[in-house]
Amino acid sequence: MQSPSGGVALQVRNLRKAYKDVVAVDGLDLEVLAGECFGLLGPNGAGKTTTIEICEGLNTPDAGEVTVLGRRWGKDDRELRERLGISLQETQFSEKLTVEETVLLFRSFYRRGESPDAVIAMVQLGEKAKSRVGGLSGGQKQRLALACALVGDPELLFLDEPTTGLDPQSRRQLWGLIEGFKSAGRSILLTTHYMEEAERLCDRVAIVDHGKMIALGTPRELIAALRAEHVLEFALAGDTRLDDAPLRQVQGVCAATHEDGTYRLQVEELHLAMPGLLGELRRQGAQLSELRTHSATLEDVFVSLTGRHLRDE
Amino acid sequence: MSDPRRWSDLPLVQLTRVRYREFFREPEAVFWVFIFPVLLAAGLGIAFRNRAPEQTIVAVVSADTSAARLAQALRRTPDLEVSLLNDSAATEALRTGEVALVVVPGARGVEYRYDDTRPESRVARMLVDEALQRAAGRRDLVQVSERLVHERGSRYIDFLVPGLLGMNLMGSGIWGVGFAIVDARKKRLLKRLIATPMSRPQYLASFVLSRLTLLVIEVGLLLGFGALVFGVPLRGSLTVLITVCLLSSLAFTSIGLLVSSRVQTMEGASGLMNLVMLPMWIFSGVFFSASRFPETLQPFIQALPLTAVVDALRANILRGAGWEALAPDMGIIVAWMVVSFLLALRLFRWR
Repeated sequence: MQSPSGGVALQVRNLRKAYKDVVAVDGLDLEVLAGECFGLLGPNGAGKTTTIEICEGLNTPDAGEVTVLGRRWGKDDRELRERLGISLQETQFSEKLTVEETVLLFRSFYRRGESPDAVIAMVQLGEKAKSRVGGLSGGQKQRLALACALVGDPELLFLDEPTTGLDPQSRRQLWGLIEGFKSAGRSILLTTHYMEEAERLCDRVAIVDHGKMIALGTPRELIAALRAEHVLEFALAGDTRLDDAPLRQVQGVCAATHEDGTYRLQVEELHLAMPGLLGELRRQGAQLSELRTHSATLEDVFVSLTGRHLRDE
Repeated sequence: MSDPRRWSDLPLVQLTRVRYREFFREPEAVFWVFIFPVLLAAGLGIAFRNRAPEQTIVAVVSADTSAARLAQALRRTPDLEVSLLNDSAATEALRTGEVALVVVPGARGVEYRYDDTRPESRVARMLVDEALQRAAGRRDLVQVSERLVHERGSRYIDFLVPGLLGMNLMGSGIWGVGFAIVDARKKRLLKRLIATPMSRPQYLASFVLSRLTLLVIEVGLLLGFGALVFGVPLRGSLTVLITVCLLSSLAFTSIGLLVSSRVQTMEGASGLMNLVMLPMWIFSGVFFSASRFPETLQPFIQALPLTAVVDALRANILRGAGWEALAPDMGIIVAWMVVSFLLALRLFRWR
């Protein structure tokens, strides 16, 4: 599916938005290409929801330009709404309606779109079609929100934290569904503070913090930019303290930090770094109490850029 | 762009059906809108039904032998119940309202002790005086004949049913619309809806449309009950009555939209709605005539929408008033409708 403006579904230039006491979005640029799934990854309060709601035409920016499917908010609103699918954070649908009635209502707003039955089947709610919304689980409600976003057969889909608050199983089920829409060629902008979600679903990811973009690329590129495939974390027994500096000298280690007694090494070649680290510990007379290692993730990218974890509240 | 869809797939139809579903799937709402007014009418209609006059109780102070003869004379009047008491017991009985009047026999006639602000005491004075004077030999100089008239339309239940109808139109209009909208705003459903191509006027119109259909049931039930069970007359033209009900419901729905146009919480909505309705419950003459309030308050009372609605309903139902007589009340109702709706459109917050 090609959008009119030469393959760009959404373009945001120098977006700014301040509320009374905080600057929510501070000069953000974004470009979502037609057919890609683009993720805004960042901790709570990074400005993700403000940004996506401005793109959805539900909020107005203080400054900046937003072009959606080649059009502007304020001029072609009705036309744009026909072509967008939106899932907001924490919408509660009327509890007294059934799943089918809810989707039918949303279908009635669009000139063209999918049949309600087809959309309900697509989000795997077929068995619940006649059930009241009030009796659905969190995951089922989120899938209903997805059905309502899809029922107008949108070219561009906005998903604001589609899996927040769900258990891991429901989350994985939702990811499977969203992957299905990607293969159908729709453009998607989603926000999340789960790095697994961004890694699994997004073609490109923008990491945002304090209303600014601090990194942009494919998940693979972002991780590769760490120049470290692995992360090694360890803690020491007793009150022993280590300097970071000698740790950085160990062969294969790119960076070393510590926080609350946990040491973090970004490691390029684990098979070289591990013996080196053990040697260094022996030399300093330190004893390990914990040792973990994992492949580098977007979480590590965020930590290396900000010194904080994504889910720090 | 053509829209080759069935009528039932049109957004206004869908939105209105959602209103019905939400209403009928909420048993409490159905009770308060349909059943409660009928129960209230039944209860008050029974409590205030017109009965044969009750016996008036008076006391005679047993000061001397003449007291017994006096009591005997009074007992010949069927409406009087007479007890002989000593002075202090009689005073106590008058003070506590057990007797309406105390008769004290004296050397040169009798003394009546009573509170002239109590209607039953005044009635007792007249009955007792009549009985005593007649026993002493007074004659009637004017020939009197009686014809008893029990007219439908002049009883309390006749006064009450149009009042309850007006109150119900107000309650269901303001509550029905207000709670639904504030609930949708609180759940961010309003925000989700305006993220679709839905027409906002159609969303608001769905409330008005669904109110108008529920209105038929609401009015039919209460008036039907009043007419069948209590024989409340429907003297006016049905067209006029339906028009008054329609306009009233639209006016209160508009007020409901206005009240809920910005409120974010159910508590806030509930407080604001009660604040709006309380003066009307008190002043608008639902349970007793609004003319009982002092003259200085009347301009305020007459300007209240419920006063106009109740006046118009009573005039139509009890006196058969037509378009001309109802024009001033209808003017007030329409003014409330238009002003509230326009203000609501300006102030309404979708987020």
